[in-house]
Amino acid sequence: MIRTEELLLNVGPQHPSTHGVFRIIVKLDGEIIKEATPVMGYLHRGTEKLAEDLNFTQIIPYTDRMDYVSAMTNNYVLVHAVEKMMGLEVPERAEFLRLIVMELQRVASHMVWWGTYLLDIGALSPFLYAFNDRERILQLFNELCGARLTYNYMRVGGVKWDAPEGWIAKVKEFVRSMHDKLAEYDDLASGNEILLSRIKGVGAYDAQTAIDYGLSGANLRSTGVKWDLRKNEPYSLYSRFEFDVPVGRNGDCYDRYLVRMEEMRQSLRILEQALEQFPEGGETMGKVPRVIRPPGGEIYVRIESPRGEIGCYIVSKGKAEPFRLKFRRPSFVNLQILPKLLVGESMTNLVTILGGIDIVLGEVDC
Amino acid sequence: MSEEEKRAGEQEPAIEASQTPPEQARAEAPAAEPAASEEKPASAPAEGEAPVRRKETDEEKAARRKAALEAREAAKAAAALAAAKPSAAAAPSTGTEAAETAEAAPPPPPSPNQPRLDRAVQLLRELVAEDAVEEAAINELNDDLPTLVVKNERWLEAAKLFRSHQELNTNYLRNVSGVDQETHMEVVYHLLSMDSGHVYAVKVRTDRERPSVPSVTPVWQTANWNEREIYDLLGIDFPGHPDLRRIMMPDDWVGHPLRKDYVPLDSEV
Repeated sequence: MIRTEELLLNVGPQHPSTHGVFRIIVKLDGEIIKEATPVMGYLHRGTEKLAEDLNFTQIIPYTDRMDYVSAMTNNYVLVHAVEKMMGLEVPERAEFLRLIVMELQRVASHMVWWGTYLLDIGALSPFLYAFNDRERILQLFNELCGARLTYNYMRVGGVKWDAPEGWIAKVKEFVRSMHDKLAEYDDLASGNEILLSRIKGVGAYDAQTAIDYGLSGANLRSTGVKWDLRKNEPYSLYSRFEFDVPVGRNGDCYDRYLVRMEEMRQSLRILEQALEQFPEGGETMGKVPRVIRPPGGEIYVRIESPRGEIGCYIVSKGKAEPFRLKFRRPSFVNLQILPKLLVGESMTNLVTILGGIDIVLGEVDC
Repeated sequence: MSEEEKRAGEQEPAIEASQTPPEQARAEAPAAEPAASEEKPASAPAEGEAPVRRKETDEEKAARRKAALEAREAAKAAAALAAAKPSAAAAPSTGTEAAETAEAAPPPPPSPNQPRLDRAVQLLRELVAEDAVEEAAINELNDDLPTLVVKNERWLEAAKLFRSHQELNTNYLRNVSGVDQETHMEVVYHLLSMDSGHVYAVKVRTDRERPSVPSVTPVWQTANWNEREIYDLLGIDFPGHPDLRRIMMPDDWVGHPLRKDYVPLDSEV
């Protein structure tokens, strides 16, 4: 008679495949997970509390540090909310620049995900390819605003820096070359037998569950729900451009993989159009009062970040500082489904499923 | 424009002063001050007066800026009115709290979302309870977002109705925020119907001393961690929550940091 006993295993907070300081306590029966309890807060910096003592321009750098893999979209959600509250007009050139950097950021963010996800599963070389190409985007950002990761680029009413001479041509060149690169990525990994056996059919859920758990981004679209805020509730200039919203069918890790790969192609498509229509000259800052003081009231705006719906809820009492600022962070909301997905899976699939959700801990903990 | 304002300012205080004590008159008609400053330099251009005068011109500027801002707002409202669909204007309004939105001097701009708000209020009153809705208004700042304040005791039933009623059908809970309003606590739910694209904001108020709002985790799973976060940072209790523990702060933390009266243990942090 073999005696079995449940094992309590602590994963993280310092563990490479948790992508940051995420901890999960799993109860194992052999290799099968019986129960999973996520523990968060190791990167909680109290951004929302700090924001209550800062004016809106001062809060922008804090948004960089929430989802540090996609700082541009975080910048945008805050300045967009304030602009909307104050009824400010943003010059077209500035809006174009914002859209271009946001789409570049989406490609860069998905590259990080692609590289690290495959690394988690055991393929090392894709990581090098992805980071090599991502580096070119970071170089472009560096030229534009002097930072590689935390840009602090957008301002209420426009952007801080205009595109330097020849920058647009460089982005065009990058976008042109990127199509081939994505094909290379697919050749390298997408059809790989080992990859397929690791991620196909793993961590599947249906559309109803996804909606119930409030998932967004690729996590929602992999189940076949065609929901992309760029299309469904257009903001910025997205209504001007043609692009498709890729959806999956089975809601498993493989579909999430495919959706993200296709999203990179669609972002390149948007970029091509935006770069073509990029206005020659013009201002990069609109007319903004010296002290940014939104009128009393409240607003909730949401945009599509690479990870899903990022939202910003501002309660203003007519002061230069927000009375209450709350961010809806897609990573935080998407992560909620994890304990449910893990039950009954093997320990190896923990890494696959967690990576498939694509979280950034800076955003989970905020 | 500023010329007119000054002239108006000169006349008004004269009338006011005859009826009310001077202090009150000043409070009621702040435009009186810039007007007074116009007279001073002409009659007594003494040196001692100079700083006083500068201060007043600043106020004058502020007044002018305010007037310009108001004019711009009015123009915007008029433009919005012109853009509004005629069908929306003709739509029946039960006029619950519509009076609030109709305060602006130009003809009341009926929001295209007003019928939707009225319908939601009606459904809640009929199917949940007569007193379920405390307030209802259109949040014009936020794309005319229909905003309801639901009575705390009725919130769980109301949430179920929001979720299951085919007209409302808000199957997606976007965001839950807790706000310490200093006089009371508030939990704000942003709801979305993925089929129709309709959005609502629902607020539930609670007492500040012993804040408690029924948990809607059984209705929307999304609420689970969101409610935990609000409990952690604001100290609002959510009866009915399956696992209400701190989520961001350490388990042994004292106090709830996002409360307005929170005093950090280490004042240097």
